[in-house]
Amino acid sequence: MTTVNDTTLNKSGTAPNKSGARADRTTATATTPAVRLADIAVRFRTKRKDVTALSEVSLDVARGEFVAIVGPSGCGKSTLLKLVAGLLAPSAGEVALGGEPVRGPRRDIGYVFQRAALLDWRSARRNILLQAEMRGLPAAAARARADELIRMTGLDGFEDAYPHELSGGMQQRVALCRALLHEPPVLLMDEPFGALDALTREQMNVELHRIWRETDTTVLLVTHSIPEAVYLADRVVVMSPRPGTITELIDVHLPREREYAATLATTEFHEATGRIRELLGAAGAHD
Amino acid sequence: MSQRVLSPTAPRKTAGVAERTRPSPRRRAVDAAEKAWRPLALLVVCFGAWWVIAAAGWVESYLLPTPGATLDVIVDKPGYLWDHGWVTTYETLLGFVIAVGVGILSAVVMVYSSTVEKTLYPILLFAQVVPKIAIAPLFVVWLGFGIGPKVLIAVLIAFFPVVISMVTGLKAVDPEMLQLSATMGAKPWQTFLKIRFPASLPHLFSGLKVAVTLAVTGAVVGEFVGANEGLGYVILQANGNLDTPMLFAGLLVMSLIGVVLFVLVEIAEKLLLPWHASRRDTGATTTL
Repeated sequence: MTTVNDTTLNKSGTAPNKSGARADRTTATATTPAVRLADIAVRFRTKRKDVTALSEVSLDVARGEFVAIVGPSGCGKSTLLKLVAGLLAPSAGEVALGGEPVRGPRRDIGYVFQRAALLDWRSARRNILLQAEMRGLPAAAARARADELIRMTGLDGFEDAYPHELSGGMQQRVALCRALLHEPPVLLMDEPFGALDALTREQMNVELHRIWRETDTTVLLVTHSIPEAVYLADRVVVMSPRPGTITELIDVHLPREREYAATLATTEFHEATGRIRELLGAAGAHD
Repeated sequence: MSQRVLSPTAPRKTAGVAERTRPSPRRRAVDAAEKAWRPLALLVVCFGAWWVIAAAGWVESYLLPTPGATLDVIVDKPGYLWDHGWVTTYETLLGFVIAVGVGILSAVVMVYSSTVEKTLYPILLFAQVVPKIAIAPLFVVWLGFGIGPKVLIAVLIAFFPVVISMVTGLKAVDPEMLQLSATMGAKPWQTFLKIRFPASLPHLFSGLKVAVTLAVTGAVVGEFVGANEGLGYVILQANGNLDTPMLFAGLLVMSLIGVVLFVLVEIAEKLLLPWHASRRDTGATTTL
């Protein structure tokens, strides 16, 4: 078993490791956290056996914070996001969003999946506007907001194209616009760039980071890519294999403005990615 | 289906814009010819063989009329075939429309209520095993010689592919799409109208194409069992009189009705689901 560490944000200094011990975060203030997971456990019952997907997971995410979640396949990273969205109820523990306990599907979030999940019969713009239609938002304001997001994500000129006419990267941009249309306080992303090629992925990382800076949204990003996690996040949550627990919380001491190539060359970046690799490697060796 | 929301500001068309190029009419004609010539050639060969065999007298003419004799019948008695053909078409269409309506409705109910599905689905499968052609005489006893039994048999035969394809379509919806819809706070009817129903249409249409040709069979079987009009009646009469040219003419008109109805469903599919057809035909995508 890996060491279980239900560290919360302000206690990350207690984590028994070098990079965590240096952490002394200032972003988390007296305000209620945007997302709070308290002693979460999730058990699935299958025909043959009970599977514990998550156990003893506690995490506080501050408003406007960017948190990346990494871990081996099947450690319950996606489950974590579904809990926050209210698409799944925990077997034990409490989930709160903006200080309110989560009881069912929540409307005050934006969700991006690995696959863009676009409607084939709608143009890019109308896919984005689906969010407004379902919520009954005023049409004119929604359209203006969609145009703004289209510009922000570089979809100009593609707004009337249908999903099958768009590349994977473009489709994912449309999904991102759709998730941001209603200006959600919390954005949940489940391996949004997993299906993209490396180059497109880097571009999307840069853009996502810029959008996050510009919109001040709280972001929870599940990813398999360690560089992606460190480049984007304020904090990286490293998870252990099933049953998923939080192995360590790693604070990324990088400036808010991050130029891609320069950031990747910093020692801080290397230390953080190195530490995560070490943790994940150690976790993998147990199997 | 594809209403487009036009932006208040004109969309800026920059380089690398997704181009939805429609092939030129000339190009399309060439494509159509490319697709059609092989089956057409085979048909011509078959007709040629028929002509040679019949005209050479290898088979008695009362067994196999020449294509010419068959065409003569069609030309001589256009009103007769037209009237009876119209009766069959009417029964077929009525049966098809009812089958589609009831089929879609049952599929929706089954997908949304697992109790109904568990109750109804096995019975549907079992009912499909019962040869409906064999029940046809019973329907004539119950409903008489009118249009009723013909339409009923057409409905029963066409119903199954509609239900199955619609259930498959409604269930094939991306589960992530439904979860997304939940996070949007969508009401169940919104999810159905904006996501599930449109997503199921490609499946439904493949079922409709099967159903429409089966509906013709259903109507004709109904006419075989007991009728005084319709192409089934014409064929049965011609058979009794050993009037093979008329028999062949009836068959020809009947096939024509089936083909026309099938093509109409295909055209409806192209018009209603342009996104589906275009995705099937060309895999052209723009790059980032």
